[in-house]
Amino acid sequence: MKSIAVVGASLAALSTVRALRAEGYDGAITVIGEERHHPYDRPPLSKAFLKGDLDADALALADPDEYADLRVRWLLGERAVRLDPAARTITLRSGRELRADAAVVATGASPRTIAGAQGLAGVHTLRTLDDAVALRADLRDGLPRVVVIGAGFIGAEVASTAHALGLSVTVVEAAEVPLERVLGREMGLVCSSLHTDHGVRLLCGTGVAGLTGEGRVTGVRLADGRLLPADLVVVGVGVRPATAWLAGSGLTVDDGLVCDAGCATNIPGVVAAGDVARCPNPFTGRHQRIEHWSNATEQPRTAARTLLSGRSAPTPVQPPYFWSDQYQARIQLAGHVAPGDRPQLVAGDLESRSFVAVYRRNGHDVAVLAVNQPKLFSRLRRTLTPVPSAVARAAP
Amino acid sequence: MITVCRIEDLPPGEALRVTEGVPAPIAVFNADGTVYAVDDTCTHQDASLADGWLEGCYVECPLHAAAFDLRDGRPTCPPAKVPLRTHRVTVEDGRVVLHVTVGEPA
Repeated sequence: MKSIAVVGASLAALSTVRALRAEGYDGAITVIGEERHHPYDRPPLSKAFLKGDLDADALALADPDEYADLRVRWLLGERAVRLDPAARTITLRSGRELRADAAVVATGASPRTIAGAQGLAGVHTLRTLDDAVALRADLRDGLPRVVVIGAGFIGAEVASTAHALGLSVTVVEAAEVPLERVLGREMGLVCSSLHTDHGVRLLCGTGVAGLTGEGRVTGVRLADGRLLPADLVVVGVGVRPATAWLAGSGLTVDDGLVCDAGCATNIPGVVAAGDVARCPNPFTGRHQRIEHWSNATEQPRTAARTLLSGRSAPTPVQPPYFWSDQYQARIQLAGHVAPGDRPQLVAGDLESRSFVAVYRRNGHDVAVLAVNQPKLFSRLRRTLTPVPSAVARAAP
Repeated sequence: MITVCRIEDLPPGEALRVTEGVPAPIAVFNADGTVYAVDDTCTHQDASLADGWLEGCYVECPLHAAAFDLRDGRPTCPPAKVPLRTHRVTVEDGRVVLHVTVGEPA
């Protein structure tokens, strides 16, 4: 194998390049990135960067010395629009065609938005550095009334940051209980109460009917008829995997690029990693995409081994892990919470917002949630075990 | 010099965070009987290494799993790239004593 193309240029892509070199691959590597930036760290975009405590330079994931060692040809500001595995070519938006012996798909995901958001100034999604720069400028323009649509982690972090900037913030969530799908009902209520603890208004169980304003947003109309005045709207309603460019490639796409446990796709010489890759996971018992930062650092090692060895090479999988910092609280979850899993408090208490809870299923500890208890969390996450009966079905 | 605690209050595998009398928080570890001290804040992003996972003479950041060698402060895996400052710490008459260094990395 003399040449590898990595499509996507974020954390998963950089981790893949690092893994390829660490495994001894000495050939050419080209990274194609739609954004014009070298890989940068996204988690601070909703927090320290958005608040203004960090500048863009601080988000860099590698320094010039490491880039020199990695010997990558960067094609930035170039979007891949087609993959032809038979011809081993990738076509770029510019019309340019790139040939490579193998490809790593690390195109990530794009934020979903809501109807009527396009063309209205003051309406934002947050995924990229450019998104964050634009949102930061708007947040600092006077004292805008902020409405956040979606009380997931991104929405909650943006709300927390906007609140810290002294702004009036309302969070709207369609579900009755925010974060229920991720944390279960009880802990979803506990974690989402951080909003109300700090005087941020949280409206649950109500959908958004549309936005008002001409040219610039003036409000959010709720499904129940209420109108929330808004100078600034942030839409945080999830993402969809960036797979449209794979149409016609012959790759199996179904809510992500479908892979086996070794990150191998249905076409030899093409692997996937990061948010776009849908792999079986022994900890969740599901064939799913994992949109966590930690997955984007770990999974590429598997993808790189599979690509270089030419056969699917599953490696031991850690329990999925993510964290969220909001309102001076650090929330950490490892493992997977399924409907019906009940959290059991093992340390601290809910009222003080400092606790650890372990979720059990069939006698196994399947997930651990901590708020402001990093030390115990670090210990307990190592004790989680995959549920034997729920081991993911084999790859397609 | 700062007396951190009695050595029996810092058993093997444990860590303490020192915030008083130091320019920046310092984490003191008892790694299987050897005491080490390094800057407490991970050089990658804001997290306290005293809360980290101690294994041998390595500590893993509780947030992103960057690991550091407590002997020289060097990161052993991403995401951290910048070494931690190390500080001299001794056990004298049963007391853990921190010899605070200010300025250049030790």
